[in-house]
Amino acid sequence: MKNIIDEQKVRAVAKLSRLDLTDDEVAAFSRQLSAILEYVEKLNELDTTNVEPLAHCLPISNIFREDKIKESLGVEKTLANAPQRDGDFFKVPKILDDSSGA
Amino acid sequence: MSDELLDLNCKELRDEIAAGRVKSNAATEAVFEQIDNYEGKVGAFLSTFKKQALAQAKQVDDKIASGGPVGALAGVPVAVKDNMCTTFGATTCASKILENFHAPYNATVVEKLLAADAVIVGKTNLDEFAMGSSTENSGLKKTVNPWDPGRVPGGSSGGSAAAVASRMCFAALGSDTGGSIRQPASFCGAVGLKPTYGRISRFGLVAYGSSLDQIGPVTRTVADTALILNVITGHDQKDSTSVSEQIAPVCDYLEKIDESPKGLKIGIVPQLNEGAEQNVQKAIGKALEVYKNSGAEIIEIAMPHFDYAIAAYYLIATAEASSNLARYDGVHYGYRTPRPNDYIEVYSKSRAEGFGGEVKRRIMLGTYALSSGYYDAYYLKALKVRNLIRGDFTKAFESCDCVMMPVSPTTAFKIGEKIDDPLQMYLSDVYTIAANLAGVPAISVPCGFDGDNLPIGLQILTPAFTEDKLLRIARIYESQNQWHLKKPAVIK
Repeated sequence: MKNIIDEQKVRAVAKLSRLDLTDDEVAAFSRQLSAILEYVEKLNELDTTNVEPLAHCLPISNIFREDKIKESLGVEKTLANAPQRDGDFFKVPKILDDSSGA
Repeated sequence: MSDELLDLNCKELRDEIAAGRVKSNAATEAVFEQIDNYEGKVGAFLSTFKKQALAQAKQVDDKIASGGPVGALAGVPVAVKDNMCTTFGATTCASKILENFHAPYNATVVEKLLAADAVIVGKTNLDEFAMGSSTENSGLKKTVNPWDPGRVPGGSSGGSAAAVASRMCFAALGSDTGGSIRQPASFCGAVGLKPTYGRISRFGLVAYGSSLDQIGPVTRTVADTALILNVITGHDQKDSTSVSEQIAPVCDYLEKIDESPKGLKIGIVPQLNEGAEQNVQKAIGKALEVYKNSGAEIIEIAMPHFDYAIAAYYLIATAEASSNLARYDGVHYGYRTPRPNDYIEVYSKSRAEGFGGEVKRRIMLGTYALSSGYYDAYYLKALKVRNLIRGDFTKAFESCDCVMMPVSPTTAFKIGEKIDDPLQMYLSDVYTIAANLAGVPAISVPCGFDGDNLPIGLQILTPAFTEDKLLRIARIYESQNQWHLKKPAVIK
């Protein structure tokens, strides 16, 4: 089996995906994703030079509606599932470092 | 009495209730008795709503007693896959990351069920975020196959199929991104329909692969599928991919269900069918005989790109998933890691702790396929192949009314058999994925049993927005067989 996606690449993709993986997961994903990617290489058997990509199958595009204000969820319903809230806000840890002067 | 009630199909029950001969309360009580007796063995539900369901049933009974009009599903107990939003109970997607999520609105299909006077008894188990083919990827519960508790119910709508098969509801909604309605229906001996992409609103369906996902019914009969389709189908302003009824008119799918299409031409791809297990091939062959004997013509067709469907699908679906699941950030809703060291860890640890293995694997694969330097080779290539696969269908439907093939190459496999080999699990979707890529409707109809008394499903596919014809074709077979009336081992 080809090692198409080595552990270093797995870690890079995990960072893009915002997933903290364990070392065991990194090793397993390297192995499993390589097997899957090796399988999907069969797509290269097909010549797709003049084929348009098909993102979806519907005979529709650019769906518009009237620009009218509609009822929205409201603050309480919106915040009802918040892991942490502070008044009418979602609460998260500090994003900016105090020392940066930003 | 309760057994007799539970043996009625949706349509029969609806008719009995609407005529005042049976109380919805009695049917709902019977369903909950069944749940009390068998849910411990089957594990189909993530939540049940007995009190609310009995209250709904009473409302319907009262309406009927006072002579008021009632909806198309008057008093019929149904279940909903737990990736559709409900304002009652949680909407978990069988994921730890949404274990305590309470949706602020109902999915459009849920609103439509309620408006049709259906009684919602519970929400069913699934592979986490509908990613899987066995329901083993549920982060919250194990569901077994009612025909053999050592085997999987199929997936990802395994809970819906198992609940319908074990008569813990009269019908259920599932969702199908690559076979997730049809394959579990096939494994559990039920009827399962994936409608045309765009036929049914996906508003309130938790997104997995947005260009592929479609909601559909799991039922015991083809007529029941038509009945549920009548209720949930149609355009919805809240879903821009739900197709205008001017482009694709809806009709009463039940009305002409017993009118067999005349001069039916059925396309088969012999090499494809040969990829299935012997007993599956045999059952499909016998089903084709039934059609032949009722006057249909069987023609051989070629679908040269069908074999590439799995490869294209697992790039497109995972790419879409990696984007859709970016919303689980530990900030707005869902699980947040208890002690993040910084804001980045709010994302990366919450996601690492909240998602299960298969979800992480698909996010990783999709992110890779979309990442700089690989986009053209993987994602774009897959979209082009998708076009070729759709072309196969367009061409096929020039010479035949429908295509028939197995739903799955095997009957229900053993629990644990494929869970450690993701690629093997993916390959089990070989017959179902193409319909999602091409956006066409496809149905699974029970067509016999293998030597271990496990159900086999016949898959029928027709052109986009021809569900009426698809259901009538399926009904031809069902009307000449009793397979759909058999009861699984667990509830005997």
